[in-house]
Amino acid sequence: MNSLIVSVSPHIKTKDSCKRIMWSVVLALIPTGCAGVFIFGLSALKVIIVSLITALLTEAIIQKLRHKKTTISDGSCFITGLLLAYNLPPSVPWWIPALGSFFAIAIVKHSFGGLGHNIFNPALAGRAFLVASSPRFMTNWTPPRWQIDTLTTATPLGIIKEKISHPLPSYLQLFLGDRGGCIGEVCILAIICGALFLLCKGYIHWYTPFTFIFTLGILSWMFMGNTLFKGNWLFHLLSGGLFLGAFFMATDYVTTPLTRRGQIIFGFGCGILTFLIRKFGGYPEGVSYSILIMNAFTPLIDRYTKTKKFGYTKTPNPK
Amino acid sequence: MFFKKTFPGGIHPPTYKNLTQNYPLEEIPSPQKVVLPLIQHSGSPAEPLVKPEEVVSMGQKIASSDKYISAPIHASISGKVSKIDYFNHPILGKSLAIFIEDTGVHPDFIPFTKENPENLSPPELKKIIQEAGIVGLGGAGFPTHVKLSSPKPIDTLILNAAECEPYLTCDERLLQEKPIEVFKGLEIIIKIISPKSVFIGIEDNKKELIKTIEENLHKLGLNKIKTFILKTKYPQGGEKQLIKAITGRIVPSGGLPFDVGTLVHNVGTVFAVYEAVYLGKPLYERIITISGKAIKKRGNFKVKMGTLLSDIVEYCGGFIKEPKKIIFGGPMMGIAQWSLDTPIIKGTSGVLFLTDEELNLENSTACIRCGKCIEVCPMQIMPASIGLAGEYNKWNIAKEYSPLDCIECGACSYICPTRRDLVQFIKLAKQFTR
Repeated sequence: MNSLIVSVSPHIKTKDSCKRIMWSVVLALIPTGCAGVFIFGLSALKVIIVSLITALLTEAIIQKLRHKKTTISDGSCFITGLLLAYNLPPSVPWWIPALGSFFAIAIVKHSFGGLGHNIFNPALAGRAFLVASSPRFMTNWTPPRWQIDTLTTATPLGIIKEKISHPLPSYLQLFLGDRGGCIGEVCILAIICGALFLLCKGYIHWYTPFTFIFTLGILSWMFMGNTLFKGNWLFHLLSGGLFLGAFFMATDYVTTPLTRRGQIIFGFGCGILTFLIRKFGGYPEGVSYSILIMNAFTPLIDRYTKTKKFGYTKTPNPK
Repeated sequence: MFFKKTFPGGIHPPTYKNLTQNYPLEEIPSPQKVVLPLIQHSGSPAEPLVKPEEVVSMGQKIASSDKYISAPIHASISGKVSKIDYFNHPILGKSLAIFIEDTGVHPDFIPFTKENPENLSPPELKKIIQEAGIVGLGGAGFPTHVKLSSPKPIDTLILNAAECEPYLTCDERLLQEKPIEVFKGLEIIIKIISPKSVFIGIEDNKKELIKTIEENLHKLGLNKIKTFILKTKYPQGGEKQLIKAITGRIVPSGGLPFDVGTLVHNVGTVFAVYEAVYLGKPLYERIITISGKAIKKRGNFKVKMGTLLSDIVEYCGGFIKEPKKIIFGGPMMGIAQWSLDTPIIKGTSGVLFLTDEELNLENSTACIRCGKCIEVCPMQIMPASIGLAGEYNKWNIAKEYSPLDCIECGACSYICPTRRDLVQFIKLAKQFTR
C-alpha cells in the first residue's frame, strides 16, 4: 500500500497526447512533400532531408547543453524541419536548409524556452532569416522537372509582380502544382488532403484557414484587377503559399490565439496583411510575413478575446 | 428526438460502466467497527451527543448541530462508543469522528417517525428530512432540507439520473431495482415544493433504465413526471449543465439553481427521502459502486456509513492487481486516498481501485496553447490562461479569467494533451481570488 498515488482529480486522461497530435501533423505534411519531390526531383528531397536532420540535431544538442530531457521524439522539431524545407525553393544549396533549420530551432524556438514558449512560428522565422540573409538563393526558382527546356522560372505571383513575359499556368496546373515555387507549397491537392485529415481528427479547426483564404479572396477580387471588383481572385488564391500557410502554419497551436474568436481575427489579419504585401509590398508573396506579423499580435488578440463565461450577466452578482 | 439538447463544451471519456452496470445491489454485512466523522456535509460540523462508553443503537442520533446549514449524524451499527477522536477523513484529511464498536448486542431498529406520510404537511416532511440527516448524495453533501427551503419560487424539479461520471453505476442500479420507492420519494419532494413541471434527466446510453422508468411511470399513473433523454456527455449531470440541457435556462454566474426557479436532486438523495418518510429510517447507509480493475469483486453495494475501506476490501476478496490510486467518488471529480483506514461518508458515491493501465500516468509539460481545454470547458472559462498565469505565480492575472466559476469537473485536465494539472491551477487561483 506504499505505492498509492495521491493527486488532484481528474484521475483519468485522454489518450490524445501532444506526441500523437504532433506526429499526426507530420503525417499530414507527408503528401505535399512527396508531391514536391515528384515535381522538382531529388534536389527537393535533399533539401527536406538536410533540414530535418539539422532540426533534430540542433534540438538534441541544445537540450543536452541545457541539461533538459531530450524531447526530439515528440515530433515538434520534425514539423519545424519539414515546414522550413517546404518553404524553400528546390534548387537551394545544401547549407541553406541547414542554416535556416538551425536558426529556427536554436534561436526562434529554444532561446525562448522551447516548445510552447516561442512567440514566432520557428519555420517561418527561419525562412524570413534566410530571405534576409541570402536573397540570391531564395529567389532562384526551378521549373517542374518535365519542363526541360528552361533552367530557371518564376513563381506565378512573381510573373505578375515583376511583369515578366512568361506564360501563366492554368488553374489546373496551379492546383496540381505544375509551376515554379517552394517545395511544399505547389501541390494544393496534396495540402488539402493532409489538412482534411487534421480537420477530421479535430487537431486543427477551420476558423483560421477559412477566414484567411476568404479574406484574401475577397480583397483580391476587389482590388487586384485593373478596375474595382475585377480581380482574378482564384488565381491569387491558388498561386503562392496560401494553402500551406493557412492550413499548416496559421494553425500552429503555440503561436496563434487560444479562442475561436481570436483565431478568426488572426485569420482575418493574415488575409489583409497578405493582400497588402502582394499589392503594395516589395515581395511578390506575403503569406509567411503576414503570419509572422500576426504571431506578434497573438498576445494582444488573446487579451481582448476572452471567452464569455457560461451564465455571464452584465450585472455581476445576481444575489 | 434527433438533436438531443445539451450544454456547451464537454468531453466523451470512456465510461467503464460495463464493469458494474449489471451487478444487482448487494448488502455488505455490518462491520465490527465504524468511524463516523462529524463533518459529512457542507456547512457547520455536528456536535457529538454521546460520550465514550455509551451504548448506542442503530439509527440513534449521535451528533447534531443547532446551526441551520448542517445535518445530524446517526449511528450505523448498534454497539458501544469507544472513543471520539481525530481520524482520517476522505475529503478533509483529518476530522473529529465518533468510533462505534459492535458489542454483540443487537437491539431492534426503531423508526424515528411513524406518521402516515399522506397526512403530513410540507413543513413536517421537511422536518423529517432534516432529522434524518439527509444531504445531497451526489457528492457535494449539501443538506437537503436547506435545498428544499428555497427563498425563491421553484417551478421545475429535476431528478438527476444522468450519472455522467465514468465507472459509477450506483444511481443507475438503484433506479433500475427500486423505481417505485424513488418515485415515492420524488412525490414527497413534489409535495413540499409543488413545482409546475418535473423531469427525470437521463443519459441516452442507459437504454434499459429508460424503459424501466417509463413503464413504472405509466404503471403508477404519474403523468406529470417526464423523462428527458440527454446526450451522453460529461459533465451532463452537473447541476448547471443539466438545467441548461433540460430547460434551456442558464444559471447566472455566481448564482444557484433556484435563481432560475429550478431544483435538482440526485437519485440517491430522493431514495433516502423515501426511506426517511415512509420507513422512519435516518441516513445511516447508502449505495456505493465498487469498481476498478484492481479489486476482485466489483459491484453496487449497500454499506453502512463509517465502514472502513479495509473492511470493504476484505469483503470484496482483496486485490487482483496492485492499485495505483484509490478514489472516493468518480474518476473525474473524486478524491484520491492514501490509506485503507478511511471511512465511507454520506457523500461517497463509489470507491475505485485503479491500476496503472487505467490511469495513463504521464508527466505534464509546457502548455502548447492548443485551446482544447477552452473548447471543452462547460463553464466556458479559459483554463489554459489560468494555468499559464498560475505557473508564474501571476494570480492577479489568473483572477481575470473568473476561476470562481469553475465547477472542477476536470474536463480541461482530461483533454489536455500535455497533461497539465489545470484543475489544480484553478483551485489555487480560487484561493487567491477569494
